[in-house]
Amino acid sequence: MITRTALTRFQDGFAQALLAPDPAAAPGLAPEIAALARQPGFAVYRNTVMKACIDALQANYPAVARLVGEEWFRAAAAIFARGHLPEQATLMHYGEAFAEFLVRFEPAAELPYLPGVARLDRLWTESHAAQDESALAPTALAGLAPEALATTVLHPHAAARWSWFADQPIYTIWQRNRETPDDEREIEWYGEGALLARPRGVVQWRQLDAGGCAFLDACADGRPLNEAADATLEIQKDADLARLMKALLDAGAFGRMSRFRNDAPTEAQP
Amino acid sequence: MTAVLTAGLGLKPQHYEAALACPAEGLWFEVHPENYLVAGGPRLAWLEAIRARHPVSLHSVALSLAADATLDSTHLARLAALADRIQPALVSEHLAWSTWRGAYHPDLLPFPRTTAALQRLTENIARTQDALGRRIAIENPSHYLRIDGHEWDEIDFLAELARRTGCGLLLDVNNVYVGANNLDYSAEIYLDAFPGDLVMEIHLAGHTPDPNLGQTLLVDSHDAPIAPEVWALYERVVRRIGPRPTLIERDDNLPEFAVLLAERDRAHALLRAPLAAAA
Repeated sequence: MITRTALTRFQDGFAQALLAPDPAAAPGLAPEIAALARQPGFAVYRNTVMKACIDALQANYPAVARLVGEEWFRAAAAIFARGHLPEQATLMHYGEAFAEFLVRFEPAAELPYLPGVARLDRLWTESHAAQDESALAPTALAGLAPEALATTVLHPHAAARWSWFADQPIYTIWQRNRETPDDEREIEWYGEGALLARPRGVVQWRQLDAGGCAFLDACADGRPLNEAADATLEIQKDADLARLMKALLDAGAFGRMSRFRNDAPTEAQP
Repeated sequence: MTAVLTAGLGLKPQHYEAALACPAEGLWFEVHPENYLVAGGPRLAWLEAIRARHPVSLHSVALSLAADATLDSTHLARLAALADRIQPALVSEHLAWSTWRGAYHPDLLPFPRTTAALQRLTENIARTQDALGRRIAIENPSHYLRIDGHEWDEIDFLAELARRTGCGLLLDVNNVYVGANNLDYSAEIYLDAFPGDLVMEIHLAGHTPDPNLGQTLLVDSHDAPIAPEVWALYERVVRRIGPRPTLIERDDNLPEFAVLLAERDRAHALLRAPLAAAA
């Protein structure tokens, strides 16, 4: 059995009491920590930790917060924070599990689109903080012969993020809550996807259909354009591939291109 | 050319434009590096733009130096990479812990000042300074709790850390005021005993009374103007130890940039005044 030092015991107890519903009565708490937790000043630490976590979640999930209102959001965030303290100090990255938490959060059951909106908020943060990379120029594919084009691999830009939501207009809901909150037009209820990218400066976003998301998924897997095209057409038979690729290139969705090399010998030999 | 740092401001995203353009003499900016530990993007670009115009200090809040654990080497490496990129004028941390068993508690948590804690801090500060290749300043904390088991007086503890590691100190005058109020000791006696030659930087901030307990429990909230009593203590310190780079900390309830700049100008004038002893 490993003996804990006095400082370790202090920090174990203090950390436990910080999050316990009734700190002075937390089960198994050492008497000296319980005594600390009974001092009025202990609440300052409890409040500061919770406030910082909740503030960070509110900053990281602005569309969710706007949809449900500040009071509801902060109450939900407090419950989340008690179960999921940040794993790192860069609080911009805090809340990775928040969308999943909302899926199972009973008070959110009447708002089935909330987890999807949270996922887009999360993708925004990922895009915002991703590595800098220059975007592939929209003209990069011009002049390539069809057979060269077929074996070209387009690599998604470091800051490109996309997601398809089959059942809900998540993009429209998210986009309105991020940038046009006064838009009160009726939202048509069908599946929607989104592309977020940061070709230069700040994050930009646009709607992306299922075929476009499948195309990017294939590119991210390192598949050549002919296979990415097949993946798109499989999902969306009427997809306009030329238009889709132009839209993706214009959006700065790709960082670089390479020639596909099939190194898997089992596939090379019939 | 080496810029002389007088009084600086905490850099807030809301104030980027005004901060970037501000021509005030001796002005510098301080940031929490944790907010910039990202792979890329506009945040880092902004910090670099500010750095191209003004000296920048990295005031770390999350190394968790007082945790009874070895430092998170990934976090430390990221901090070192940021410091390489930004070339800060100063780097500082707190006499506190925050990360414990993989969970980050976003606060500066207290501990009993024992010889064992001193040893752990010595190792962690030395490792930080090795990773950064520079001397850092350690900040005196605010106090809200009477903790049994202190083996060391706080000032002796800080001075011993400096002796063992070569680190400097960051004197937060508001923390002294808040702690003296909450734990009932004399801020003047504390400040007069603080080793002036180790002070690399001074912090000033506002505090607020606890909503339930009022003046008996002041909270180092960084959401209000600096109190007159804290200004008076600051003057006392500067008169005794001479001018030091001084930061106005404001993290919440942010006013216009001009309001913060006025507080900064007050500290700047004080640092420039003849009453400041020769450093």
